[in-house]
Amino acid sequence: MNLKTKALKKSLWVYHMSGGSCNNCDIEILDCLTPKFDLERFGIVLVGSPRHADVLLCTGIVNKKCVERVKEVYEQTAKPCVVVAIGACACSGGMFRDSYEMGGPLNKIIPVDIYIPGCPPKPEAMIAGIVKVLEKLK
Amino acid sequence: MKIFYILLYFVAALLSFSIYGMLAMWVDRKVTARIHFRVGPPWYQNFVDFIKLTGKEVLIPEKANVLMFVSAPVLGVIAAAVAGTTILLVLQNNISFAADAILVIYLLTIPSLAVILGGSASGNVLASVGISREMKLLLGYELPFVCALIIAAVKSGSTTSLGEIIQFQQQNGKLIGSLSGVIGFGIGVLALQGKIGFVPFDLAEAEGELAGGSFIEYSGILLGLYKLTKAILLVVGPLFLISLYMGGINFSSVAGVIAGLLKYFVILVIFILIKNTNPRLRIDQALKLFWGWLTLFGIIGILLALAGW
Repeated sequence: MNLKTKALKKSLWVYHMSGGSCNNCDIEILDCLTPKFDLERFGIVLVGSPRHADVLLCTGIVNKKCVERVKEVYEQTAKPCVVVAIGACACSGGMFRDSYEMGGPLNKIIPVDIYIPGCPPKPEAMIAGIVKVLEKLK
Repeated sequence: MKIFYILLYFVAALLSFSIYGMLAMWVDRKVTARIHFRVGPPWYQNFVDFIKLTGKEVLIPEKANVLMFVSAPVLGVIAAAVAGTTILLVLQNNISFAADAILVIYLLTIPSLAVILGGSASGNVLASVGISREMKLLLGYELPFVCALIIAAVKSGSTTSLGEIIQFQQQNGKLIGSLSGVIGFGIGVLALQGKIGFVPFDLAEAEGELAGGSFIEYSGILLGLYKLTKAILLVVGPLFLISLYMGGINFSSVAGVIAGLLKYFVILVIFILIKNTNPRLRIDQALKLFWGWLTLFGIIGILLALAGW
């Protein structure tokens, strides 16, 4: 493992992208970034632009209007980057899998590195998922 | 040969400013975390961030002016380091010339100009909002900052040479001990807070509403250079204030260096406390503060200094 990958593991900047979610997963993501869980001690910081991001946290079923936007955000992200599907909707479509607006799930649109199921997943589950991403980065 | 030594000195100064600046940024992040009752990042966090950014892809937008987009961050780092080197030459080797304090003020403007250049070269709409704020902020804080310099210059016998200002303080006591000195120091701290872009004045890169503002299109090493500029400014700005108001740093003895570090930490702690106890100002509020109250206090300070207080 070279120095830059080591540095990447210690400093993940996350960008939060909603592909038409019900807001529940988004609220859990924000909970995950609060002082209680203190992700900054692992170097994880929320950034405002996909250009700065190393991790894309995607929520929601990715409805038909969002498909193009999600693709564009993925293309704008500086590589190497990790895509995390958060919540049952992003992983599989969840209860909306037969919906007329269903454009996803996420892995039909962009390559997904890790799935964190749950409706919504707990912050602890997200942290466990991020740790698995770190093991995957080599 | 002499040019070679100056270049070597500059590179050494750039490296040490970067290292001290990143450590100072860590102090800021750690203290902020402790104020939030968090643990905070480890001491090497900013170095890791920088190394990571060097390994990332550099994306250049289609609409961007490539030359300006790439050269602006480099310009910022170099200007900040040159300003620091000018001050360091005065403090360490006593190489000073007439009006070098004014030169430092000019050089400290260039990092902000680099942000404006880079943001406008990226051709992004949100970046243009960010740079318009940065421009107004630049016009705002320069006026009180110049007032702070004038107070120090008047107090130390109408000179704008940093060497002479420091010499005056060695003979007659530090300028911060007088009433006009306290006013000038306070104004200088707030103006520097705006220059570095710390929280009450971080509206140019407002993450929530502008998604990174002027830096929105920057990625990889170019973004890292902007972060580095900020780190260097966090060292150079306080160093300038220490030279103007706290008698400089005596590099010839260990006790002098420790005293200098203590002075630096006092200013850093003031920065962090202001940062953590104030919400972000709107651009009109920031301008009102800079051009209204701070300039008013600056003029009062100059009058007091002229009266000998």
